[in-house]
Amino acid sequence: MRWLLLKDLQILRRSPLQAALLVAYPVLIALLIGFAISRDPGQPRVAFLNEIPQGARIAVGEAKLPSVGVDDRICGRVDCVDVEDRDEAIAKVRSGDVLAALILPANLIDRLNSLSTLNPETPEVEVIVNQEDPVKARVVDDRITSLLGQANLLVARQIAREAGRYLELTVDGGSFEVLGEKIQILGLRAGTAILREVRPTVPPRLRGELDRMIRFGSLVGDNLDVAAPLIDRLAQPIAVDKQSVSAPTPPLDVFAIAVAATLTLTFVTLLLVAGSLALEREENTFPRLVGGLVSRTSLLGEKVGLGMAVGLVVTLLMLAGVQLFVGLEWSRFGLWLVAILAGGAGLGAAGAALGATARDVRAVSLLAFMVSLPVALLSLVPSGAVGPTLYDAIRVLTALFPFKPALQAMTAALDPAGPGIGRPLLHLAILAIAYGAIARVALRRFASA
Amino acid sequence: MEARGLVKRYGGRKALRGIDLVAEPGELVAVIGPNGAGKTTLLSILAGTVKPDAGEVHSPNGDVGWVPQQAALYRRLTVEENLLLFARLEKHAAPREAVEEMLDLTGLRERRADLVARLSGGNQQRINIAIGLLSRPVILLLDEPSVGLDPRQRARLWQFVSGLAGGGTTVIFSTHDIQEAERYGQRLLVLADGEALFDGSAQELRGAVRDETPEAAGTDFETAFVAFLQHRGH
Repeated sequence: MRWLLLKDLQILRRSPLQAALLVAYPVLIALLIGFAISRDPGQPRVAFLNEIPQGARIAVGEAKLPSVGVDDRICGRVDCVDVEDRDEAIAKVRSGDVLAALILPANLIDRLNSLSTLNPETPEVEVIVNQEDPVKARVVDDRITSLLGQANLLVARQIAREAGRYLELTVDGGSFEVLGEKIQILGLRAGTAILREVRPTVPPRLRGELDRMIRFGSLVGDNLDVAAPLIDRLAQPIAVDKQSVSAPTPPLDVFAIAVAATLTLTFVTLLLVAGSLALEREENTFPRLVGGLVSRTSLLGEKVGLGMAVGLVVTLLMLAGVQLFVGLEWSRFGLWLVAILAGGAGLGAAGAALGATARDVRAVSLLAFMVSLPVALLSLVPSGAVGPTLYDAIRVLTALFPFKPALQAMTAALDPAGPGIGRPLLHLAILAIAYGAIARVALRRFASA
Repeated sequence: MEARGLVKRYGGRKALRGIDLVAEPGELVAVIGPNGAGKTTLLSILAGTVKPDAGEVHSPNGDVGWVPQQAALYRRLTVEENLLLFARLEKHAAPREAVEEMLDLTGLRERRADLVARLSGGNQQRINIAIGLLSRPVILLLDEPSVGLDPRQRARLWQFVSGLAGGGTTVIFSTHDIQEAERYGQRLLVLADGEALFDGSAQELRGAVRDETPEAAGTDFETAFVAFLQHRGH
């Protein structure tokens, strides 16, 4: 087998254009994917549960916000899917039917209204997400940020007006009600005028006026204490309580590197194995090889091994290049090797199955592109981005091809906080065996067809 | 080598219909017949690269050299690299020595570093045959070996092949060229539509042709042979 491997490497060395394409094309695709994952998607589907009592209106200070339904405001920005209760919302998120669930609790308006009192409470909305991949996580975060940005702006304007009223009272004076008792505020301007008046001489009879000024000073301090948290709320009057129903996801840049590395591995391994096997037929050497020199199974093993070896080298080179721009966890190098080799085995076996069905190298190269490119792109579609039926179909299709498990293995290998690597490795092992069996059966007809 | 009742079907078409063949050590057997007669299928089955649907093949120790009709070479490897690869795959005890021997045999020593893709068809065929001879097989199967060779190369080829047969190697070759079969084949197996029409010496074939097609008696052997096939319904 080693002599066959040496021969294939010699042939590869004699084809610099092919070798260059094997490296350049995945890089090009990786760039395209990079652009794709940085684009803003369209309106996402969000499960929406509004528990706010009907007719409740936001009142900040003496002002009341227009009674425009929050449903209209939110559902104008996302594709709302009404749900009956929290459990249904969680189920829809978990199944991937929706990108996220937004729950407006019954006490939201009361808490918003409390912002204009001396005992402000933090209003919270609940967001439930399934961040099964970083692209989806980013989409959800962007949408939540956008929605809350609008809501916060609306509330912030009212709070700012109320805070301004307090400041006006402090400066100009007036009446202020605390626990049903009206308090007269002198105001800074009036106080300043009194001080200016008493400054030249301070006889004992004016001590009462000075006492008032002292009381005013303390009141100013107290009023500013009340105004301070209100003004603080201007930054974000509504807080988010975000809960995830899935494991933590890797950062987007790590995921992008995993996508690029897996694409590189896919094209290099798939094209090389499929093309190399088809070459044996094109050169008419297959009958000679299996006519007693090597078994068909050994030949398949050699081709898959070639794909794994070259895929490993090219993918590691790519990761080393990426290292110039993004820091990678080199302490996880062992796991990288495992992920790349397992991915290479699955993809190599798929390449062997393709190569065993095609008549020549050109045909099989075209076939490999036609099969792998759409499957790779479909593997990046997050749940909730398309309808549930279509997503189920995509999930089945992508599970039948080694790209997605290879991507999951690569992501797990690159990111310590990512999902476990065991499941994708098992998936790849099953696919490698299945595609290997298909290739072996197809090789029976290889010589005679 | 002995083959009994070989049958091969491709879909609904029968490529071989119960062929028997026995070849003794040192014998040169020519398999002749028109296109689609089943010559390549028969040799492929004898070589073990195609499995028959029925029948069986026995060879002394399985040591069969196989030279396919189309050059089975890696065009992006050099002459030497091709020979060395197959010598190693044959598990030759001294692969480099075997390569040198074959370079002498083919007369391509000066072109050992050339890519096979740059060789003429005739030279590619010489390498193709040399690879089949690397293991010094006791049975050599040649599928139309002289196709693409010029007369001088053809003469060198048959001189070499005859020498192998003289040394005890059983050689079974297919050809379209009836005169080549007559000249070099000690025994001729005539196939047509997967059926064996004749098995015997060239002299016996001439007799059969004369007997069955007396109207072609005055023509050359090739024309008489075609008349013989037509008379047999092919």
